[in-house]
Amino acid sequence: MEFGLWQVWEAGWVTAILRGASITILVGLVSMAAGLVIGIVCGLIKWARIFPLSLLVDAYTSLVRGVPELLIIYLLFFSSVEFVTKVVTAFGYAGVAENGYAFVIAVIAIGAISGAYSTEVVRGALAAIPDGHIEAARALGLSGGRIFRRIIAPQMLRIAVPGINNVWQTTIKDTALVSVVGLQELMRISFVGANSTRHPFVFYLIAAVVYLAITLVSQAGFDGIERRLRVRTRK
Amino acid sequence: MMDLIQLAVPVLLKGLWVTAALTFVSVLIGFNLGLGLALMRLSSNRFLSGFAKYYSNVFRGTPLLVQIFLFYYGLGQLSLIRDNAALWWVISDGARCAILALALNTAAYTSEILRGGLMSVPVGLVEAAQACGMSRMLRFRRIEFPLAIRQALPAYGNELILVVKGTSLASTITVLEITGYAKRLMSQTFAIFEIFAIAGVLYLVVNLMLIAIVRSTERFLMRHESQSRQGSSAPRSKESAAVS
Repeated sequence: MEFGLWQVWEAGWVTAILRGASITILVGLVSMAAGLVIGIVCGLIKWARIFPLSLLVDAYTSLVRGVPELLIIYLLFFSSVEFVTKVVTAFGYAGVAENGYAFVIAVIAIGAISGAYSTEVVRGALAAIPDGHIEAARALGLSGGRIFRRIIAPQMLRIAVPGINNVWQTTIKDTALVSVVGLQELMRISFVGANSTRHPFVFYLIAAVVYLAITLVSQAGFDGIERRLRVRTRK
Repeated sequence: MMDLIQLAVPVLLKGLWVTAALTFVSVLIGFNLGLGLALMRLSSNRFLSGFAKYYSNVFRGTPLLVQIFLFYYGLGQLSLIRDNAALWWVISDGARCAILALALNTAAYTSEILRGGLMSVPVGLVEAAQACGMSRMLRFRRIEFPLAIRQALPAYGNELILVVKGTSLASTITVLEITGYAKRLMSQTFAIFEIFAIAGVLYLVVNLMLIAIVRSTERFLMRHESQSRQGSSAPRSKESAAVS
């Protein structure tokens, strides 16, 4: 068979690809969670214009959104690799820690990137909340924490859902870039498979299909969330 | 430190031209393809609009890196491509292959942006143009496209920045642009942060220039609005209220 589909099946690449896909999803989910925490904190800072901090946040978002993701990953990986290898070998975990280390770097890099985009989404959602709502809550004597919990957060979440969906889609696609530092995720497995079987076409095609499946399924999930939130507003 | 700058800056500037060339050519091709796809998507022909929809979903749903690898490593395996001289000419070279992938990728995003712009054109204006007896081509050129591009320009500016960032992936298929040279310099000099800073500044300068170009184009296209808005600055007042 010209494309080597049979070889992919025979040599057990299918389980390797599925394992890679699960690592891709795991990196995506953990980075997205980290990115959302960063996004909410930085988004609030940017929205409320807390003076010295808002400058820092502006610098962070414009740097991360203007510089290629690959360059950020190289910076984090190369600058820490020497230090970490030293520490890890000193404690005698040289081989064990290799994949775990790449995972940590991946999550830091992708989390920082998705955090910068989330910040903009959160800021936009906060800006869309009518000032009158917050003023009314303040007039009723609600405390700052309560205003956030009862008035700001619920409205912000609803407005932010489409933006968060976009950030999630970019995040999951950005995880492919950490394959360059050797994390055994979907893209890396496909690369190794393509090189060792000499059937790059079929391997990258499979990778593309798996990524497409992930993005289509999460798109459907977000559509569902949006629909549910919309129903609740109608009551 | 001075030595490092003297070593790194000329090399990275060499990469800057490659980055700029990759961006320029792929945007040129990608914009036209994207315009075609947006028109296909809006056409009443179900086959055409279906094709444009699937095209945009596939290219927006998979990572650019996968697309680049699939074109560069994957397509060369097919005898259909290898036997066709023109296709082989594109696929066999890293830079040309990166342009192909970037152009096809940005075309998908551009088509979505332009579709939004075209859909925002008021029906009444199109009908008025029809009533004036304008041909389809003239209508598109004089009424629909200028109005759509005004609406789409801010979003398209973001897409341009994504293309600049996307060109960094060309370094994974042997093309030496800013990121490619930066990676090489990082492993040669071990001055990782300094190299990153210089390369980052180059990217930021390119992006700021693009933003400036888009903004001034926007201002040029909206020049009729700026005069009429001075009297009733309705959209501005809300922003200034938020500041205070």
